Amino acid sequence: MSNAKQTTGVSQVYEKPVESKAHRFWRENKAGWGFLLPFMILFLVFTVLPVFVAMGLSFTDYNMIQTPNFTGLTNYRLLLLEDDVFIIALQNTLLFSCIIGPAGYIMSFVMAWFISLCKRGRGALALAFYAPSLTSGTAMSVIWLVIFSGDRYGYLNHFLIELGLISDPILWCKDSNYILLVIVVISAWMSMGTGFLVFLAGLQNVDPELYEAGKVDGIHNPLQQLWYITLPLMKPQLLFGAINSIVNSLAVFDVATAVAGFPSPNYAAHTIVAHLYDYAFTRFQMGYASAVAMFLFLLSFGLSRICMRIFRSDD
Amino acid sequence: MKIKKEKGQRVKKPFRISKIILYILVGLLLVFCAFPLVALICRAFMPLDELYRFPPQILVHHPTLDNFKDLLTSLSSSTVPFTRYIFNSLWVTIVTVFLTVVVCSMGAYGLVKHKPFGAATIFTIVVAALSFSAHVTKIPNYMVVSGLGLIDSYGALIIPSIATAYNFFLIKQFCEQLPDSLLEAARIDGAKELRIFWTIAMPLLKSAWSTTAVLSFISNWNDSFSPLVYIQSQAMKTLPLALQTMSGGAGVVSRSGTVGAATLLTTAPTIIVYMVMKGRVMETMTYSGIKS
Repeated sequence: MSNAKQTTGVSQVYEKPVESKAHRFWRENKAGWGFLLPFMILFLVFTVLPVFVAMGLSFTDYNMIQTPNFTGLTNYRLLLLEDDVFIIALQNTLLFSCIIGPAGYIMSFVMAWFISLCKRGRGALALAFYAPSLTSGTAMSVIWLVIFSGDRYGYLNHFLIELGLISDPILWCKDSNYILLVIVVISAWMSMGTGFLVFLAGLQNVDPELYEAGKVDGIHNPLQQLWYITLPLMKPQLLFGAINSIVNSLAVFDVATAVAGFPSPNYAAHTIVAHLYDYAFTRFQMGYASAVAMFLFLLSFGLSRICMRIFRSDD
Repeated sequence: MKIKKEKGQRVKKPFRISKIILYILVGLLLVFCAFPLVALICRAFMPLDELYRFPPQILVHHPTLDNFKDLLTSLSSSTVPFTRYIFNSLWVTIVTVFLTVVVCSMGAYGLVKHKPFGAATIFTIVVAALSFSAHVTKIPNYMVVSGLGLIDSYGALIIPSIATAYNFFLIKQFCEQLPDSLLEAARIDGAKELRIFWTIAMPLLKSAWSTTAVLSFISNWNDSFSPLVYIQSQAMKTLPLALQTMSGGAGVVSRSGTVGAATLLTTAPTIIVYMVMKGRVMETMTYSGIKS
């Protein structure tokens, strides 16, 4: 304060009042904060705080009616040691995401790469490939149920019988041996486009002069170009695509429910999200369900961190 | 020169074989992609006798609009007409898209162009939020929504999906390209900050927020989890959930043609929106990478 007063005395020549630090801080930040305010309120209430609230609830027995009691790690102990259905859900989810995540990721990259090398028909190819991921899993299940129908009218059964590969129709969506396969196929169909747009944009953005420069250094083969020039440049896009595909592949639920029913035969299509939905919104055991949500959170967050390590950009 | 040519040919030959393999693979992938959609379009226009013919046919021979008429007329006699679901979906999606575009653009613009205290922390949190799905936060969200008395209302479907990390992130990345000089010039002319945002920044950010609008339209239109959690009455259901009740869910094959028509009506809008906005989407996605 005294400092400010002194300066005011000296700088009378400029005829500019010197403001206090706090005032200046406010003036410099108020516009930015003002613009951010609506977003931040909603983002805090519906995304940031819920993570911590869910974390807190996961240590309680909250059920929407009674006041929650602190139960420590009981929910986690039950979840991992006594809830057999959760273990099935975890296995199914990991199996789904280990197949769907990488498969969808690689397929969208290959397809984006192929399209970027094409001279004509880019738009049509991109649309054909991207269209599946524009559809709703729940809605499209109508047509999948026709394709995988368990009688001779089902397209797949009919096709396989015609080929002589099977003699009797297979109950694709009711036999717990096949449900997983059916859902993997459908989810793969829907997840191929996850990183596709990002990759396509990244590929089209690579400076053609770099390929010319590469030719001078002896890089002719498109595969070599891909490995030595394109991929290193695309790290940020590859990371964004990877995170999206992790998040999506761990969240398999609506397709599984729409095709196999809820609960599915022998829990063959039960996933972490299905388990969460079951405990949270049909039984209202919010504490226990929060422990399931925390599991999902840690899984996707951890995997994303690993991806950030792999695709770290050095600049 | 000669040596160079030979070298070029040697490199080219193995590539031709791999090219053929690539074409076959891409062809198979395209068939896999297109088949369910083609089958869906055909079923929506199939007359009754073709739907139940044996052997089952994929392509339609005598296309008819009967299924669509049936959907809009005979189902109207039931308690909730099909048009109500269309309205619900349209209303919820359009309001959400509008609000998310305005709120996320404002936030991203403020973060990038004013760099207020705490901007870096906020961005770190947004990037962290990209790496988990909305399912994680559904339980506390449900508590907030029910606390506000919004269960079974449009608000329950709209408000929690406005501030999305994904949308904020995309617009923020694009904002970085915005030249400061234009904003500075307007500021010297004495324009108010909000005015600068609306009249100068927003038009320049057009491809970013229209992409966000497209992607948010797609995800909100297709979202079946939120209505499943928040909506109880039949009349408030949006299309994906309504469709599931109509078709009777897994294992039930009833009113096959009508359900096909309904599915087509549910699926077509997202594809049309994408086709119309394709150019803009690509422009924005160029800036979408994360540098860690």
